Amino acid sequence: MSELKQHDVAFTVNGKAETLSVSPRTSLADALRDTLGLTGTHIGCEHGVCGACTVLLDGKPVRSCLLFAVQAEGAAITTIEGIGDAQSPHPLQRAFNECHGLHCGFCTPGMIVTLSAFLKEHPQPTSADVREAISGNLCMCTGYQNIVRSALRAAELIEGAKP
Amino acid sequence: MKPAPFQYVAAKSVDDAIALLSKYGADAKLIAGGQSLVPMMNFRLARPEWLIDINRIDGLAGITQQNGMLRIGSLTRYSELEASEAVQRGVPLLRQMLPHIAHEAIRNRGTIGGSICHADPAAEMPVAMLALDATFELRGPSGARRVAADDFFLGQMTTGIEADEVLVAIKIPETKNDERHGFSEFARRRGDFALASAAVVLRFNGGMISDHVRIAVGGLSERAERARKAEALLAGKTLTPTLIEEAAHTASGEVQAGQDLHATEAYRRSLIATQVKQALAVAADRTSSTGAKK
Repeated sequence: MSELKQHDVAFTVNGKAETLSVSPRTSLADALRDTLGLTGTHIGCEHGVCGACTVLLDGKPVRSCLLFAVQAEGAAITTIEGIGDAQSPHPLQRAFNECHGLHCGFCTPGMIVTLSAFLKEHPQPTSADVREAISGNLCMCTGYQNIVRSALRAAELIEGAKP
Repeated sequence: MKPAPFQYVAAKSVDDAIALLSKYGADAKLIAGGQSLVPMMNFRLARPEWLIDINRIDGLAGITQQNGMLRIGSLTRYSELEASEAVQRGVPLLRQMLPHIAHEAIRNRGTIGGSICHADPAAEMPVAMLALDATFELRGPSGARRVAADDFFLGQMTTGIEADEVLVAIKIPETKNDERHGFSEFARRRGDFALASAAVVLRFNGGMISDHVRIAVGGLSERAERARKAEALLAGKTLTPTLIEEAAHTASGEVQAGQDLHATEAYRRSLIATQVKQALAVAADRTSSTGAKK
């Protein structure tokens, strides 16, 4: 094989424009973590099964381990860091705290990113709806009960915050 | 768990993709949604030297209705199919099957054409394509050709597409008023690959089943296939619970079923009898057959 070409790729991450030079085989997850230092996106299985690396691509949840960074040209990416922070947490982050929605915390960013998109589409979900929504996110601590409670609580918080 | 190094090029058009495939030959792979290819590359089961990205090609995604057919661009993502009224109305069996494919984050990227060309024996899409009499539009250096789903799926991850061809679109006849259908699958966990799946389409003539009967199964062996003896058994008869039992038993006996670490052959045959039975039961229930229920 001839020498591998680096590619320039431009996209926005949490609203900030970024231009990176990447090797084709660099996953979006690795680019976010290693190049941009956004280590909130976790890498678990690297084959699309665990959901820990979920980010929003143009508003929709996708696996950042199954997308090469070079493919994200022009996209708007949202990571857990863009969902909320300690100073101004997202209602999901408040609810996960309040309802003990995490044990070790490894799956949490993927859970919250997935649920943030879900709650926009389903503001008044049932417990069954939430289970379906997080069916592609694995929690190896098996703390699902409190994750479901947290999601339902977040829906209440979002509803309560409406004028 | 990282892919082997490769070179990347984004194709600008279908012709560009064909030219790139012709140039790089067996060293190249097309990437659409990448939800099957990238895991295989990460496991190093696939090591293409060139990855040709077709995601930037204009007009390769989208759903249009023409002459009683739905024409679905090969790059159309599962989530777009799920949200499409034309699919819901025109091909409700496809709509009914879609939530069984993996999870939302996968369906936001995975494409109909990618699943068809990947031809995973446990995937749902080939099963639906066989039941729906789909036709595939392929384009290569010497022009376009059409291949029926029946002639396309040859074996495990093996199809009738040539190395320098691109699947451009999928054509599916819209469901007729006198048609009923059903889909059922068994997987160990939500979103997992099916250990057994079945899709059925029955066209009725008055109260009787006409000779248009499709029973397609997947997850059992190297490829999705039709249970033609069971289809023949149903033709010309009235759909009763006894007949459903008989057809399920016949289908279970006639199709190929393999053994692996997930299931024995006997277990798979038992599972497929149940799935065919359930799919036929769904078809027998008019309400869900019209796609009113998920």
